Amino acid sequence: MVCGMPSILAAGLPDRDEESMMTNLLELKDLRTRFHTPEGTIYAVNGVSFHIADGETLAIVGESGCGKSVTMMSMLRLIPIPPGEILSGSAIFQGKDLLQLSDRELEHIRGQCISMVFQEPMTSLNPVLTVGRQLTESLQVHLEMDKLQARGRAIELLDLVGIADPNNRLGDYPHQFSGGMRQRVMIAIALACNPNLLIADEPTTALDVTIQAQIVELVIRLRQQQGMAVIWVTHDLGVVAGLADRVVVMYSGYIVEEGDVFDIYNRPEHPYTQALLAALPRSDRRRENTRLKSIPGAPPNLLVEPSGCPFAPRCPLAAQDCRDANPVLSPVAPGHRIACWRGGDR
Amino acid sequence: MLRYVVRRLLQAIPMLFVISIILFILMQNMGDPIATLGGRRLTRSGDRERLTRQLGLDKPIYVQFFYWLVGNDWAKIDLDGDGIAESYGRREGVLRGDFGVSLVSKKPVLEVIGERLPNTLLLMGVSEIVIVLGALVVGIYSALKQYSVVDNVITGISFVGYSMPIFFVALVSMYIFSVNFKRWGLPYLPTVGMFDPQVGKTPGQVALHMILPVFSLSFIYFAAYSRYIRGAMLEVMSQDYVRTARSKGLPQWMVVYIHAFKNACLPVVTVVGLDLPFLLAGAVVTERIFAWPGMGRLFLDHVTRSDTAVVMGILMLISVAVIVFQLLTDIVYAWIDPRIRYE
Amino acid sequence: MAIDTVTAPGPTQASLDDLLAPPLTLRQLFWRRFRRHKMALFGSVLLVVLVLYATLGAFVFSESYANFTETGIRLQAPSAAHPFGTDTVGRDILARTIYGGQISLLIGITAALIETFIGVLVGALAGYYGGKLDNLLMRLTETMLSVPQLFLLIVMAKFFGGKVPDLALFGRTFSGSVIVIIGIIGLTSWMYVARIVRAEFLSLKENEFILAARAIGTPRWQIILYHILPNSIAPIVVGATLGVANAITTEAYISFLGLGVQPPTATWGNMLEGAYNYIETAPWLWIFPGILIVLTVLGINFLGDGLRDALDPRSRAA
Repeated sequence: MVCGMPSILAAGLPDRDEESMMTNLLELKDLRTRFHTPEGTIYAVNGVSFHIADGETLAIVGESGCGKSVTMMSMLRLIPIPPGEILSGSAIFQGKDLLQLSDRELEHIRGQCISMVFQEPMTSLNPVLTVGRQLTESLQVHLEMDKLQARGRAIELLDLVGIADPNNRLGDYPHQFSGGMRQRVMIAIALACNPNLLIADEPTTALDVTIQAQIVELVIRLRQQQGMAVIWVTHDLGVVAGLADRVVVMYSGYIVEEGDVFDIYNRPEHPYTQALLAALPRSDRRRENTRLKSIPGAPPNLLVEPSGCPFAPRCPLAAQDCRDANPVLSPVAPGHRIACWRGGDR
Repeated sequence: MLRYVVRRLLQAIPMLFVISIILFILMQNMGDPIATLGGRRLTRSGDRERLTRQLGLDKPIYVQFFYWLVGNDWAKIDLDGDGIAESYGRREGVLRGDFGVSLVSKKPVLEVIGERLPNTLLLMGVSEIVIVLGALVVGIYSALKQYSVVDNVITGISFVGYSMPIFFVALVSMYIFSVNFKRWGLPYLPTVGMFDPQVGKTPGQVALHMILPVFSLSFIYFAAYSRYIRGAMLEVMSQDYVRTARSKGLPQWMVVYIHAFKNACLPVVTVVGLDLPFLLAGAVVTERIFAWPGMGRLFLDHVTRSDTAVVMGILMLISVAVIVFQLLTDIVYAWIDPRIRYE
Repeated sequence: MAIDTVTAPGPTQASLDDLLAPPLTLRQLFWRRFRRHKMALFGSVLLVVLVLYATLGAFVFSESYANFTETGIRLQAPSAAHPFGTDTVGRDILARTIYGGQISLLIGITAALIETFIGVLVGALAGYYGGKLDNLLMRLTETMLSVPQLFLLIVMAKFFGGKVPDLALFGRTFSGSVIVIIGIIGLTSWMYVARIVRAEFLSLKENEFILAARAIGTPRWQIILYHILPNSIAPIVVGATLGVANAITTEAYISFLGLGVQPPTATWGNMLEGAYNYIETAPWLWIFPGILIVLTVLGINFLGDGLRDALDPRSRAA
């Protein structure tokens, strides 16, 4: 098989001490992506590095425009090349750098070893092809199944993601499904060839909260069954808590904090993460001060070449060295890193 | 779906009726059919009156239209022109398939049209195929290679191309490929008629004579459509579902020709279908320039000679063809796009 | 927790400036984008040059000179005395292209105005009132679309031919056929504008600002004229611009067939009539007027493209 059998270990947390001894499924190093537009250059991703191990679930968190989706799509080279440009970086997956592969080799990996689910279920499915067709084509292309086999497998997949009456639904078109069901179909398509890694780019943002819960639950169940790693991109901290093993927090194209899910929620060290968590409306912790806390200032202007810490304009701890130089990710505890000059200060 | 087709066909009938009325009225003041009949000789006033009565031209418009529509073989008309209606007419009317008789050639209208119709269909059919295939190839290629030099050159030529009137393209191509080729001693293309009378009407001859007319007729639409297809492809290629298809690791050809193209051809189908009237108009001009014996030339000749029957016949035929074609376009569109099928 | 106060140090001056820069008005947005569109600029320049050619040229040659026949010098190749050569009856082609240009451009613009007016009227009424009126008007539009324009024009040209008298305006005599042509082109081209306008009205009238206007009792004609119409101006302008190109081309077609503007009044179209008979011997007969038509239409197409991009309300890019 091209990508090797996905790990079928139950998804337990990798032991922190042994982390460095495990070879990571995917290692992204220093990715930089820009977009050249008539208004100027957009510095979307400015040196992002992270890794994910077999069977692990990594959440990438950040506000709209922080570059999390662009990072994912750059990894799979799905960004439009003019105006986009991947300046530098490497994405090592099973020993090969995704950013350097030929188109044909990349096509082998996409859909088969690494799959992606996108944010807008309403527009992510081709309106003029049946759902069945959109399922079976990956099976036929990657796993070389014949029509009958592929059809059978497609029915199984629809059943797996909870679509009722899968046999008859194969011949239906996307517009005959609701938003939540379309997202399930997308997940089915993504899982068709048993990928090692599933990238979910804000899959529930466009859906109702109740549907959101169902989709999250579905992914949790499936990742255990298939034993695959999951990267879940979101701006919703509430979803992350029940889902992720590790969390990466992004801001303005940089990673500002990275760590285990418990550490991030209980002991956030970067001022931005702390502000994000403080801004969550909590009904369980009633304090004297009941005003909602927001982060002062405006989101960063991506048209400006970054210099210094991107969060400095809005950070209560900001000092001159923050404005002069961009902090580097450094550990504050085992497995927990932040990019902050005031790192660890209270 | 079937109901939709039937409903459209039923709607077409009153439309055709209205069209025929309007056209008939317009035809009334088109000149003097009597003069046509009489030829060069001046007709004496007595003869004139007789002819007028014989042809039923002295009757009011609505009566004339009525006879045209349902014939006059059930009514007494004045066949010998003496002012007394004594015999039954010989026409069955359009509704029964009788379009009357040509004033110019005295032959039944359908026969006259039938002689020329296949030639026009040949010209237009071949042109349409050339246009669609050519524009598809160029349009898709242009879209895939956006911003390249080739794309810019093609875009430039397309712009100039569809800014040219047909006869200019015809004249230029005639000038280059016929006149100047001859001068330079190269094999040159014929510019007159459908075949060389000395060689006879062979497929080879017809094909040879068709080259310049087809080129003239197609060039403009080819330029316009290739830009249109390019635009449609570019827009489709930036859609989310194409990104999904690529993320599935499908090979490039599948992404382009199946996922993208099937969506991009929707607006193109509409445009091709609706452009039929323009193609017909272009045929008129092209046939005139290249002396191609088709319906367009027939129309021109008979309009100038006020031959109502033939002109009405051609116009009605064209209207029917346009309506049918529009319907076909709608059906093809629904076949491709499942979203509107279930309405 | 480090941050539990709302009074953290505020944003820097730089980021405030970003926030406070005033958004551009629609007009400024339009000009910015239009200027950036090189093709549109090129087209505009081209059109200005051609219009100047047709109007200023009239000061160099008089109309009678353009119509002056001198069969002795017929079919002469371009020379110093006649830079574009002479035609079949010895008239100077350069002068005729100048006056012909005036007529062709006049016909183009006037016909486009007429068809835009009718099209907007029909489309607005159909789109706003809907129901039976819409049905009726759409049937009418479809009916007119069922017969190809050229055929209709040919028939109508014969119908009106010779019935309209000559008109004397601005010191020029316009043959009646010019009026006829303008009229019939206008009467047979409005359908495309009507459909576009109707589509705009159908979608715009559902907007809440229209509901608000109705709620305060604005009369319907005011809603149509002052609220909906200004918001749908973009496709109308583009349609009208391209309509000019269409009208010029159509006039050329019908004059080429001999049924359009009658000589001695020159148009670029009727200068091409019968030129294919002289294709070997006198190519200058058709090359010059032909190129002028192509340049004009090209310029208009570029301009229209640029207008379309610049006026597209959906793309807010500056």
